[in-house]
Amino acid sequence: MKKRNPLLTTLFWVLISLMTLFPIYWLFVISVKPAVQLFSTPDLIVNNPYWGNYTEVLGNRLLRSYMINSLVISTGNAVLCTVLGFFTCYALSRFQFRGKESIFFWTITNRMAPPAVFLLPLFLLMTQVYRIGDFTLLDTRIGMILVYCTFNLPFAIWTLRPTIDAIPRELDEAAYVDGASPWKVITEIVFPLCRPGLAVTLILTWVFAWNEYLLAATLTNFEARTLTTGLSEYVTTTGTEWGIMATISVFTLIPALIVFGLVQKHIVAGLTFGAVKG
Amino acid sequence: MQSNKLGWILLAPTLVILFFFGVLPFLYVVFVSFHQWNPFAASPEMIFNGAENFRRIVFDEAFLNSLGVTVMFVVFAVLSELVIGYLLAQAFMKEFPGKSIFRTIHTLPLIMAPIIVGSVWKLMTTPSIGIIPHYLDEWFGISMNIGTSAPAAFMTIVIMDIWHWTPLVTLTLIAALVSLPRDPFEQAQIDGANKGQIFWHITLPMITPALVATIFIRLMDALRTVDEVWMLTGGGPGSSTRFLGVHIFKEVFPKTNYGYGSTISVIVLYLTIVVCWLLYVSMLAPRKNRKG
Repeated sequence: MKKRNPLLTTLFWVLISLMTLFPIYWLFVISVKPAVQLFSTPDLIVNNPYWGNYTEVLGNRLLRSYMINSLVISTGNAVLCTVLGFFTCYALSRFQFRGKESIFFWTITNRMAPPAVFLLPLFLLMTQVYRIGDFTLLDTRIGMILVYCTFNLPFAIWTLRPTIDAIPRELDEAAYVDGASPWKVITEIVFPLCRPGLAVTLILTWVFAWNEYLLAATLTNFEARTLTTGLSEYVTTTGTEWGIMATISVFTLIPALIVFGLVQKHIVAGLTFGAVKG
Repeated sequence: MQSNKLGWILLAPTLVILFFFGVLPFLYVVFVSFHQWNPFAASPEMIFNGAENFRRIVFDEAFLNSLGVTVMFVVFAVLSELVIGYLLAQAFMKEFPGKSIFRTIHTLPLIMAPIIVGSVWKLMTTPSIGIIPHYLDEWFGISMNIGTSAPAAFMTIVIMDIWHWTPLVTLTLIAALVSLPRDPFEQAQIDGANKGQIFWHITLPMITPALVATIFIRLMDALRTVDEVWMLTGGGPGSSTRFLGVHIFKEVFPKTNYGYGSTISVIVLYLTIVVCWLLYVSMLAPRKNRKG
């Protein structure tokens, strides 16, 4: 391998990072401007930030409960999808049965559905069919956790499959020869080896669930309303409150950033794992 | 080999959940697609009209136009994301100072909600308040108006999509590249293969499963994009950015044409499945033959 100029490499990455960061920075700029200043000439740097949007959003009890709902729903959904996705991929990778490639392909077709038209069937099924006595799944956290599986579970299965396929079968077989139970093989041999793939799957499904808007807007009302739907309450017929929207957006970014930061380490650990494996 | 019973037990929860939240709603949509229905009207009755909706779709210019626009969008956006994502993933495989920081920064757009991405880009590109048209005009004398210029609106959406989703491609390709064994690469280098040969004959075949999975995820998400585009352009100007997802949304909500909207959804879903299936078979089948 030829040596690269470290200065040029750094310059390249700084440039990429600036392009990546600018829209996020701009969101912040808008959130610290009073509404009247939005329509004047755009300034790259804010000289005297205005925190009115932040105090308004922080003081809003509804938005705080939306945030808790978002946290519970996306965490529940990400864990459920990653675990079920892992089991599914293990079954698809290690067992021979007819039609398993069809099952694999079929799972993803659930994600292909255009969302706008599926809102109403889901609404009707959840209120009228999937119910036990007075309990319906509509406007509940558990309901949203299950609904998000429609697009997140296929995603988990498709991202995890190559990872599990890449783990040599000989490892499982050796453990079976040593008398390990299938459950032990799955949880103690395959699961730890999949950590990098599982981490990536977990973050991404979490983020997709956290960011979902259309389904949450239709299938929740008050009890399980999420933060992104809180946004739409500021787009009114009299106009959009861009400052407040930008501020809520900043708040939706913060937990995502934290989760992301936490799991980043596992990806790095995964990178070294890959290097020693070969 | 282990018993297949365990395999089915592991599959069962996934199959059950996808059946109740994917298959049943879909069957309902298929049922509605044979009806004329406005559930938001005063008398929300379903009127059976046979294959009328399906007959209509073939000659529906608005539908055909949005199909064309969507295909163009998918080709431009997904291809660019694959190329840029792969190059960045390869770049991240090397060691350099600040690597983990740069990787975190690169992945940031992924954590943003589509609806928020749509609003930010709207704020950046709307004429009179947007920073991009402002500086394009001040520095280069180019006037850009996504409200009136169809190419500008289309390009903005493509760039927005590349900005938002390339990190996903990069991440999955890093995960794939990391899990590759070293030996074939070392062997190839000893044999004097050049970079291009290594890419086509070793890297590409080995990352094909991850690559196909990535193409699928991006392809189908690009096909059903709504939030971002709805927020940014609302499908306009004219119908230049009226992608299929947006078209269905407009048919169902402002026009409350639920029956016809369902028909379009069924057709779109069917086309998506066929395209993806063809891709899947053509890209994965040769690989399997070589193995066997």
